[in-house]
Amino acid sequence: MLSLALPQRSWAHRLPASLKFAVLAILMLGLMPLGTVTGQGAGVALAAGLVASLGWQASVIALRALRPVMWIVAVIVAWHLWQGELRQGAVFGLRVVAMMGLANFVTLTTPLPEIIALVERMAQPLARLGLSPRLPALAVGLVLRFIPELRARHAEMTDAWRARSPRRARTKIIAPLAFSLLDDADRLAEALRARGGIAPVPTAPLAEERHPYGT
Amino acid sequence: MERNLTLIVLFSALIVVLGLVPAILLGFGVPITMQSLGVMLAGAVLGSWRGALAVLLVQGLVALGLPVLAGGRGGLGIFVGPTAGFLIGWLPAAFVTGLVVERIRALPVSVAAGLGAVLGGIGVLYTLGIVGFWLFKNAGIGPEDTPMSLWSATLIMAPFIPGDLVKAVLAGMIARTIARYRPSALIARA
Repeated sequence: MLSLALPQRSWAHRLPASLKFAVLAILMLGLMPLGTVTGQGAGVALAAGLVASLGWQASVIALRALRPVMWIVAVIVAWHLWQGELRQGAVFGLRVVAMMGLANFVTLTTPLPEIIALVERMAQPLARLGLSPRLPALAVGLVLRFIPELRARHAEMTDAWRARSPRRARTKIIAPLAFSLLDDADRLAEALRARGGIAPVPTAPLAEERHPYGT
Repeated sequence: MERNLTLIVLFSALIVVLGLVPAILLGFGVPITMQSLGVMLAGAVLGSWRGALAVLLVQGLVALGLPVLAGGRGGLGIFVGPTAGFLIGWLPAAFVTGLVVERIRALPVSVAAGLGAVLGGIGVLYTLGIVGFWLFKNAGIGPEDTPMSLWSATLIMAPFIPGDLVKAVLAGMIARTIARYRPSALIARA
């Protein structure tokens, strides 16, 4: 599974992830209550400028990321045009592009390992609940490992179905997929337990080796 | 403990993989994917807490910038866009679906899971999604502007509801199959 982050390094890749997330949060709070075309237009210009500084390829990816919400923008702008309130439609459309463009800029320029490190740091309070602060990172690692696995199995089951029936499999293979997944859950839990389990081991010197992270 | 984690992890993976199953396009280009069926199933099979945590993990992957949503979407942009309420709403949707299956044991699994999916996966989800969109739309409008009514916001989202009703029925049927062939697997009722 590939992250949406750009593989090449840019000036923005070198900024710390925590700084980018903090600035993004502040910009979101600032843009939300702005109701003027110039205000939201400035937001769009900022987003466009930042993305453009990453190069042509990044700009195409950032534009493509806006596609899933364009239908709702089209509906709203059309509705406002019909009501004769062009300005309100424009503010809405610009705000969507500005906010999503800025957020996608952070996603494009922050490599996955850096974000996982940030998550681990923010998960430190979990230790107080008796949970390992590395639990979120472990869960992310495991799910990324199993997505291609489950996807291949789904394709396999679809093929098996197709070989036996003229009709489409569609949702009929979800239940068998779920059965295989429940088996996996049992085996994976056993494997984790065999490697020391997921409870934090604060005092043991072998704590690092007892945690099966990353494999 | 370990088994709870692995169940949550694997249902997250299932939700992601169901988003990759080809979508059915409605007449006007509105895509319907099986991803929200995965959210309903996570609640119905794993129960309220585990189901919600499986969804939280998917949401985490989205925030990390991984293309795990239907159509290869992902990234922080989804959380600040006009449809953010629907993504965030998955969490209580799975929770409520699971809660119904756990609590209303008098109903057969298929009916309870279907009812839970309607209440959680449609009722709760659309309430949050529509209110989220309505707040986004009306944020920062001037005194001379007419704000969009909640009713108009509901009408815009209404075309998606029939597809989700079909998915709620499917969730009930799949939960029944799981409960019939492997009763212990339906953790919500174990």
